Amino acid sequence: MKIIRCPLNGPRPLLEFVSAGEVRAVPDADCSDAEWTAYLYTRRSVPAVRREWWCHTPSGYWFVAERDTASDEILKTYDAAALAGSDT
Amino acid sequence: MMYRLPQIPGEWIDRSQPLQLEFEGDAAQGFAGDTVTAVLAASGILRLARSFKYHRPRGIHSFANHDANGLFEIDGVPNQRGDVVAARNGARVRAVNTRGGVARDRASWVEWLAPFLPVGFYYKAFHGSNFASWERRIRSFAGLGSISADAPKLPTPKRYAFCDVLVIGAGPSGMAAALTAADAGARVLLVDENARLGGSGRWSGLPENVFADQLARISAHEHIEVSTTTFAAGYYADHWVALVEPERLTKVRARAVVFATGVIEQPAIFRNNDLPGVLTGSAAQRLLTRFAIAPGRRVCILAANREGYELARALRDHGVTVEAVLDLRASNDQDAAGLAGVTCLTGVEPIEAIAGSQGAVRALRVMTPDTGGASRVRTFPCDAVLMSVGFAPAGQLLLQAGATLHYDTQLGQHIPAKLPKGVFAAGRVAGEYDLNERERGGRAAGAAAAAYARGEPMSASVDHPRAFRQVSHPYPVYPHRKGREFVDLDEDIQVKDLLASVQEGYDSLELMKRFSTLGMGPSQGKHSNIPGANILLRARGKSFADTALTTQRPFYHPVPLKHLAGRGFHLARRSAVHDRHAALGAHWMTVGGWQRPQYYARAAASMADCIAAEVRAVRDHAGLIDVSTLGKIEIFGPDAGAFLDRMYAGRFSDLKVGHTRYGVLLDEAGIVRDDGVVARLGDHHFYFTTTTSGATAVYRDLLLWNARWRMDCAFVNATGHRAAFNFAGPSSRAALQPLTDIDLSEQAFPALGARQGLVAGVPARVVRAGFVSSLGFEIHVPFHAGATVWDALMKSAPTICAFGVEAQRVLRLEKGHPIVGQDTDGLTNPMEAGLGWAVKMDKPFFIGQRSLRIHQQRGARQQLVGFVLDDESVAVAEANLVIDGGEIAGRITSLARSPTLNRTVGFALVAPRLAGVGGVLAIRASDGRQVAARVAPTPFVGAT
Repeated sequence: MKIIRCPLNGPRPLLEFVSAGEVRAVPDADCSDAEWTAYLYTRRSVPAVRREWWCHTPSGYWFVAERDTASDEILKTYDAAALAGSDT
Repeated sequence: MMYRLPQIPGEWIDRSQPLQLEFEGDAAQGFAGDTVTAVLAASGILRLARSFKYHRPRGIHSFANHDANGLFEIDGVPNQRGDVVAARNGARVRAVNTRGGVARDRASWVEWLAPFLPVGFYYKAFHGSNFASWERRIRSFAGLGSISADAPKLPTPKRYAFCDVLVIGAGPSGMAAALTAADAGARVLLVDENARLGGSGRWSGLPENVFADQLARISAHEHIEVSTTTFAAGYYADHWVALVEPERLTKVRARAVVFATGVIEQPAIFRNNDLPGVLTGSAAQRLLTRFAIAPGRRVCILAANREGYELARALRDHGVTVEAVLDLRASNDQDAAGLAGVTCLTGVEPIEAIAGSQGAVRALRVMTPDTGGASRVRTFPCDAVLMSVGFAPAGQLLLQAGATLHYDTQLGQHIPAKLPKGVFAAGRVAGEYDLNERERGGRAAGAAAAAYARGEPMSASVDHPRAFRQVSHPYPVYPHRKGREFVDLDEDIQVKDLLASVQEGYDSLELMKRFSTLGMGPSQGKHSNIPGANILLRARGKSFADTALTTQRPFYHPVPLKHLAGRGFHLARRSAVHDRHAALGAHWMTVGGWQRPQYYARAAASMADCIAAEVRAVRDHAGLIDVSTLGKIEIFGPDAGAFLDRMYAGRFSDLKVGHTRYGVLLDEAGIVRDDGVVARLGDHHFYFTTTTSGATAVYRDLLLWNARWRMDCAFVNATGHRAAFNFAGPSSRAALQPLTDIDLSEQAFPALGARQGLVAGVPARVVRAGFVSSLGFEIHVPFHAGATVWDALMKSAPTICAFGVEAQRVLRLEKGHPIVGQDTDGLTNPMEAGLGWAVKMDKPFFIGQRSLRIHQQRGARQQLVGFVLDDESVAVAEANLVIDGGEIAGRITSLARSPTLNRTVGFALVAPRLAGVGGVLAIRASDGRQVAARVAPTPFVGAT
């Protein structure tokens, strides 16, 4: 089982985490229906280093992990404050 | 004990404790410490089994628990691994795949069918209409062993373990690695599949006194834990390894892993290489050094490496006649030194093994090099043929760990080329064969693993000795025009089967494996994958240098199902008043991980009658239901109201303190995903509920969205903190008032109110709830006081009746309240569910709002409606379809017979054109009959 380093709780087993997928910006409300639909239903699946939302469930702490989706290696994890509005 | 030799130093048996077991009616003698196969070998029982397909007699092959010949039913338990299972005095042993015993197997005629059973026969013959009947016949014939349905369930414990360095394999390199790592301060776990440490070092020149010293150091070392009869079954991410012992599964987390897994000796492929008496050289070494058993009285050794000659010397030293050492290589260099008087030939090609009585080998026929004169074909009489022609790495775990292996042509073996972080290899699996190399490799790996475990970076390259001697023959395959050169003993696969696979186009490793079933038997290709791949590559004009080895999924070796089943760890949450429910005769159901009372049993009453009685009690007087399972979330902070406005479809920032409002939660696609009641307890403090099954996910989502929005508010999941009861019914107010300091009068505490006060002396939050009854109070109290409050409420009036989830479903249906997830599905938006009133589209933002705009433009695709069933002669059920114009136009989502109305009512999701009140829905019942229902206004039951 994989070990993930939670920025708050340290290294913990994968069992204690859930992921909410890639960190993505929500389109503005005045975007086109097509843009909105693409946001809802289209995900990037090309292997690359992606920023993802992960939650350490026992503590309810969401953070950001940079994961290489080709090797499944988590390169770094950090608090969501570091996103500072850029992707929310 | 015809094959037992005089005592050998270091043997594993205790000659002071003789034992006897029975093999299919014959007695066999051994000693304590013997395995089942060892006892049979010592007693001269050569035929241990019948092969899977052709029922050919089979004997010892690897004697390492790597082949499937030694599978026995022992005292009624099938598929015991005789190579390693300790012999018990009085045990009754029999082979698993015979009809009438190994000696006179009535199924041995199958071999005569062999010409009609070409490779891929099953795929070609058994499809289409005749499959079922053939399948039955084949199934009755196939399979290993039989299962007793009466066998007791014996739970097998699972265990978690942690270490700095896990060393897999306790041969010379593994022991050296363990000692070096432990000396460097690492906590070491050393595991080996054998009963004792030492591995093949015992017959590879490791002196007894050196070995004894190492054993003593390991057992005395405070940092080393040893686990024998333990095999590593699978490698998982981040050094998480499954260790299987006979009666326990351990999941160990290591910081670094040293693979000192050694090699698996590979057979030579020639005609009749499967006869009892034809075994690997290392099998003979195991028999000899561990159990003091001679593999035969007069043996021939097929050799292609120095190990074959070492075996010849060892056997001769113990009084076994070595008829000949027949070397497949053109030259044996100096390997034959010290074997004066033994026939040693080089450049030999085996032709066939010849069967004698009992089907065991009696001679080996070979082709010798042309010496100009005498016939090149020579026959050597013998009762054992020992094959020492090459090895394959026990590298499947390394591959699982992500290592890449490459083929070294000098060595004739795959060795690690690139190792992942924290993974190290040493010993023969890494191409290190000579004793000092193995120990040096082990020390290096142990030191590096200990350093990695301390957090020091790992050097990128794998440093291997480059001067390999050849230990594996590049192609020890000798096809015979009459066949029977077995590549895979499990599945009776011959050379021609693999060549036929290639000709049929199944010419890659993965395809050939599936078509021919190569490597798919119980030994998982430990002796057949490498030879099979070799034959395939040769047939295609390629070599191992061009090809990557395939990685087998875990498990590397068969794991008994009992290890995986073990004990269940299913959590069931219990409310604060679980024992009160039990005392009332609750029938339980599982909802969102909780155990909830479905209904309470009454003497001599059916389930339906019990539920109806509970419903009537609530309508007529008052009832009490435990709703502690609802999600309960508190939100604090100046932005709490604004956060809820963004999160939920309704508006909450303008909610007055002391009031509640229904809230519906959408996902970003505008679909209804949860609902609940939001109470404002202070300017900066809200307390709200979610559905029982949605509690965890909703709370998590609130946290995620605020990780993005970063609003000034904080959340507490109070689901487990509080017990909650809904006290509902016309007389609930009168019954509750004496128990509380809250003024319950309609003027002081109107509908949609929320109050805090004492109930039965316990601090409580009370909200007016209308879910099941027009008058009702939901009372939330600290968990530990739940039973106190429940008892007080139950005693508050003589007519109070506890009711369960089923009665609640009927009551809320009568009141016209949909249940999210039952009356809605993954495509239902709030307007379609009749919850449009709870959506405030004029807010600047809420989750799902953008999608709802699209939904509004497009119009509803379905509509939730109430209906009444006029004709009750046909049995209608939830999920029955609504039919319109011959097409599916909806389905029933809720249905119940209302005790209050004495008729059947329900909810249906239907096409909008059918949603008008008074319209008729044509419902197709489960039995196919059509029945009419009338769309009716909700609530079905008014103000009671």
